[in-house]
Amino acid sequence: MPTGVLHHDSKHRPRWRGRGRADVDLFEYQGKQFFAGFDIPVSRGRAVTTVDDAVAAAEEIGEYPVVVKAQVQVGGRGKAGGIKLADTADEVRTYATDILGMDIKGHTVKVVWIEVASDIAEEYYASFTLDRSAKKHLGMLSAEGGVEIEAVAEANPDAIAKIWIDPVDGLSESAAREWVAAAGLNPKATDGAVDILLKLYRAYTEGDADLVEINPLILKPTGEVHALDAKVTLDGNASFRHDWADYEATQERDVREQAAYEADLQYVGLEGSVGIIANGAGLAMSTLDVVNQVGGSAANFLDVGGGADADKFVSALTIIDNDPRVRSIFINIFGGITRGEEVANGIVAALDVIDISSPIVIRLDGTNADEGRAILEPHLSDGLQMQPTMLDAARKVVELAG
Amino acid sequence: MAIFVDENTKVVYQGLTGSQGRYYGLLNRDYGTQVVAGTNPKKAGTDVEGIPVFASVADAVAETGADASCIFIPAPGVRSAVMEAAEGGVKFIVCITEGVPAQDEAWFFNELKRNHPDVQLLGPNCPGIISPGRSNIGITAGHIAQAPEPGRPNVGIVSRSGTLTYQALYELKLQGIGVTTCVGIGGDPVPGTSFIDCLERFEADDETSAVMMIGEIGGSAEEEAAEYIKANMSKPIAAYIAGQTAPAGKKMGHAGAIVSGGKGTAAAKMEALDDAGVKVGANPTGSRRAHGRDRQGALSPLPSELSGVVRGIRG
Repeated sequence: MPTGVLHHDSKHRPRWRGRGRADVDLFEYQGKQFFAGFDIPVSRGRAVTTVDDAVAAAEEIGEYPVVVKAQVQVGGRGKAGGIKLADTADEVRTYATDILGMDIKGHTVKVVWIEVASDIAEEYYASFTLDRSAKKHLGMLSAEGGVEIEAVAEANPDAIAKIWIDPVDGLSESAAREWVAAAGLNPKATDGAVDILLKLYRAYTEGDADLVEINPLILKPTGEVHALDAKVTLDGNASFRHDWADYEATQERDVREQAAYEADLQYVGLEGSVGIIANGAGLAMSTLDVVNQVGGSAANFLDVGGGADADKFVSALTIIDNDPRVRSIFINIFGGITRGEEVANGIVAALDVIDISSPIVIRLDGTNADEGRAILEPHLSDGLQMQPTMLDAARKVVELAG
Repeated sequence: MAIFVDENTKVVYQGLTGSQGRYYGLLNRDYGTQVVAGTNPKKAGTDVEGIPVFASVADAVAETGADASCIFIPAPGVRSAVMEAAEGGVKFIVCITEGVPAQDEAWFFNELKRNHPDVQLLGPNCPGIISPGRSNIGITAGHIAQAPEPGRPNVGIVSRSGTLTYQALYELKLQGIGVTTCVGIGGDPVPGTSFIDCLERFEADDETSAVMMIGEIGGSAEEEAAEYIKANMSKPIAAYIAGQTAPAGKKMGHAGAIVSGGKGTAAAKMEALDDAGVKVGANPTGSRRAHGRDRQGALSPLPSELSGVVRGIRG
């Protein structure tokens, strides 16, 4: 039977390795490269970052028209003027000039994809993702492609044929054939669609994607089936068995998120004025909620994880303090195996080496909270305050944020 | 009674010779858990502070009678470690490892269900399980949990979050409320053990008087639990859902904590649970006002809801 508090020397405590990694969202051109790796037919093309290269890419393709497509990770590119059909090199130049640097829903276009234009007879939709509830893979196929699938699901849910796939069995050709029949695609598209869906399922499973989506999947007048767009989200946790360096390098992160990524911190940038640091994802989420409930709003989500490294607090505090949105900082710690005095020492050591401009409010509870508070006590000032509860600390930090 | 694990549970630690496995394996043994074996194919025949190391789970089971395993293997090896445990003959597998690929998780969940239906997997990416006073398997700080007392109302906990669970255990202890078992089901998209698996056992457990659920955004496990509760649960339940103000489309630390396509919001989960008669801690301010401060003057949002439930059954 356990008795009392177990004391272990923190120096011998191993750091928890291999925390979860963020997902990797691919741009269309990367998604097409990814698909091509699984022999899924995509249009010939090239990704470029300058107008001159766009023209050169079109000339290299050697046939017009070509499509000039803005590469941003947000829907509605076409409506925003980010997709244009060019009949000549001059038109490529004009459109590339317009599109490069364009702002689409807050995303600046830095890359355009130039590809040979396709003749389209029909447009379909295909995707695979995980159905968390069924704990199986879910394939969705629709003869109504080219529009947002959410809109189809809303207006005409019967137009989406769904298939649940047991990961142990995988997707068989006969199951794929039945599925295509159920979706009511043009019979001319059947063989091509079955072929692409089998390859797309492989791309999804062997490629470790959370989501693969082709919208539109097109039937050409010649009878071929072809992926005209590519939306892919890769599971960051599987990066150890793939070479995703190029994909990782182009992730859209703001300055804060990039710094947090480099410091290996679990961070999400938000728009409020209270910087948040908590130990644990659930506690960090809960901290956001409590700040909100007392009338404030969080500038970020940040989970420093277990342990009490001063270095981690230095990185976390620096990232938060560099955020111009932040007017006050809430450090919310609950000691478990890592004891209160260890965390307090980590925070004090961090504040020794960096100057933080925003006032900090600490709530420290859990294992040896009293000892931890005693360590913080002599360092308290207007710039470093302590509150006994999460709620009191939230009120104080929101008040300080003004 | 406790659920899933008790003082008779014999545990083999896969990865006992690694830094994580060693640290927590010994900590668990200090707590009183029957840590009977470790595995490492390269170190069979050695021991870790007296705990024998075997080449495989099957060997450990044959030699020690281990009936549970705890996995501290880095993510790339988890898929084979889970299958080694199931094929080796243990019936309860706790996988602490974070960062396991979702494709692997989906695969071994279904593989176990089909070919090892009598095996219960907990995790991955979870803090483990503690039946206070009996057994602690994983990374929970044992001293913050109060053992259940016979003849008094005791609580069972099931949670997707680690730190919030510790907070719940700690504050229940401050209030002198015992815990039968606290199950950390973890924050991944395909958890081996669900809320429902735990609710079902807590309902059947005579020692458990009330249940606390800690959920978070993402997926629909809380909604499914609400349906189950409505149809099957007679014991009072308090719940808290983290992530009420989380933005859509962002994973909040846990791989499974994401609102996508308008699904998996805290609001929907809270509504479903409330509709099932669960006391949901929506607003910590209000709940504290309703229940008053505890003797520490430090009541936080979660357990105040639960303490109301417990107080209710205590009359």
